[in-house]
Amino acid sequence: MTEKSLNTKEFHQAIAQDILIGSRCLNCGKISIPQRQICPNCHSEQAERIEAKGLGNLAAFTVIYVPTTSMAEAGYNSKNPYCVGIVSLEEGPRISAQIINLDLSDPATIEIGLALKQTFTIRGEGDSAKKYLAFEPA
Amino acid sequence: MVKKLSRSVALVGVGMSKFGAFPEKNSRDLFVEAFQELRQSVQKGFDPKEIEAFYMGNFSSDHFENQAHLAPIVASWAGLSPVASTRIEDACASGGVALRQGVLAIASGDADVVLVGGLEKMTDLPGPKVTDALALAADSLFEIPAGFTFPGFYAAMATAYIDQYKADPDALLNVAIKNHQNGALNEKAQFNQTISQVMDGKRRKAIQKDLPVPEWEDEMAFMKDPKANPMIAWPLRLFDCSPVSDGAAAVLLVSEELASKYTDHPIFVVASGQASDGSLAERESLSSIPAAEKASRHAYTMAGISPEDVDFAEVHDCFTIAEIIACEDLGFFPRGEAWKAAMEGQTARTGSHPINTSGGLKSKGHPVGASGVGQAVEVWKQMHGIAGERQLSGKLRYGLTHNVGGTGQTCVVHIFENRN
Repeated sequence: MTEKSLNTKEFHQAIAQDILIGSRCLNCGKISIPQRQICPNCHSEQAERIEAKGLGNLAAFTVIYVPTTSMAEAGYNSKNPYCVGIVSLEEGPRISAQIINLDLSDPATIEIGLALKQTFTIRGEGDSAKKYLAFEPA
Repeated sequence: MVKKLSRSVALVGVGMSKFGAFPEKNSRDLFVEAFQELRQSVQKGFDPKEIEAFYMGNFSSDHFENQAHLAPIVASWAGLSPVASTRIEDACASGGVALRQGVLAIASGDADVVLVGGLEKMTDLPGPKVTDALALAADSLFEIPAGFTFPGFYAAMATAYIDQYKADPDALLNVAIKNHQNGALNEKAQFNQTISQVMDGKRRKAIQKDLPVPEWEDEMAFMKDPKANPMIAWPLRLFDCSPVSDGAAAVLLVSEELASKYTDHPIFVVASGQASDGSLAERESLSSIPAAEKASRHAYTMAGISPEDVDFAEVHDCFTIAEIIACEDLGFFPRGEAWKAAMEGQTARTGSHPINTSGGLKSKGHPVGASGVGQAVEVWKQMHGIAGERQLSGKLRYGLTHNVGGTGQTCVVHIFENRN
């Protein structure tokens, strides 16, 4: 069995399998999601890969009416906006992700602190279809 | 430990192109325009042959103009070859970091006369491509796949700020109204119009086209009208965002010993601080920009002053929320208080803390790589009493510039002293 590396590619390969990975520093215990090869807290180079539980809450968000080209290609525009959030994970770190299955008709009703659970969303069609990390109300 | 600059550095001349959309001009043309104005501004004149190094802030001529390796080209078109020419890229902080490199080159003793420039030519690309090019300043592996745009990042910071401090979102609109008031008095500004003047323009256009004439009670009503001021990234609307701009700015730095050869009224760069950070989600706080706080504390210590000593500041208001957060990061107001200060007019030209007298990025324009250098141009004008109708009254001893790259992955702060 080959040990899995902590290279950034591993993160997106894990997402393709519906798994959110990170790392735990073997020296100070700090958890990083996405994973880090060098601990940002104690600079140790010894870390192990972990799988996040995928639970958290909404720390900040926006509803985007003028999308990036890739999100426009996925069908989003000013009439069909999307929500992006920064999610505080139960393990401690925060992560950026699309928030789906929310009513976006009045963004003022979206509350910071909203409990969320991990899910995955596919953007693109056919050969260009790709899976992305997302969150939805828990 | 914070060290003093090992040699004192003086600003002896400045120049700036008009900021705006100039389909007939390339970035090098805009820089030549700024450099010509700079030459005129040096009181006792100077020979361009005296320039020993050129640092140039530019974010992405690669994407905007299909041109990399821009510094030697710009140097050549300004007639400066074979001067050592270096492009600095730190996203929207490119200009401020180029200024810092110029300051450090003189402080180190490597050079006595340094030209610092900043330029960006953004309007050749269609809007969505500009959005994509700017998004390159974020983390393309972990932030862009989430769907973030730049307005989106600052919008997320705004939701965190508003939630944490129970702030009134109208404070954001007040920042835009104030910066348009200042920009209306700046002939170099892209939008040199107050919001009232923008409203008049829209009414005139409607009459010309025989369309129903829109009615707004006041500037605030206009700002809240989703037709006139559409939502870009909730809670940020169009008028919360700095524009896409073309422009260039330049400043001439010399060692303190040489300053009197060029001018009787040099402005001294007494401190330069810079800090970095990870992507937005990695930070302890989403309602502040930690790198800005760190860079400014470094600069205050280097200058031996505190935030209360700063008479006026040009801050990086790429979005309205960014100005509010900057005012707290720089220590002008306690955490959670700057939104109130914006509503009370404390950051207006006549207020206790004049912020962005030039109109800021919001109204003056934001040709990304030029912005950090353009801020120093405004400090020079205010300290020389040549800022026209937007001139601040009273003695201006200390001015500060604050230039942010990305969402705060880079921040650079300079403090200027007027000793005349």
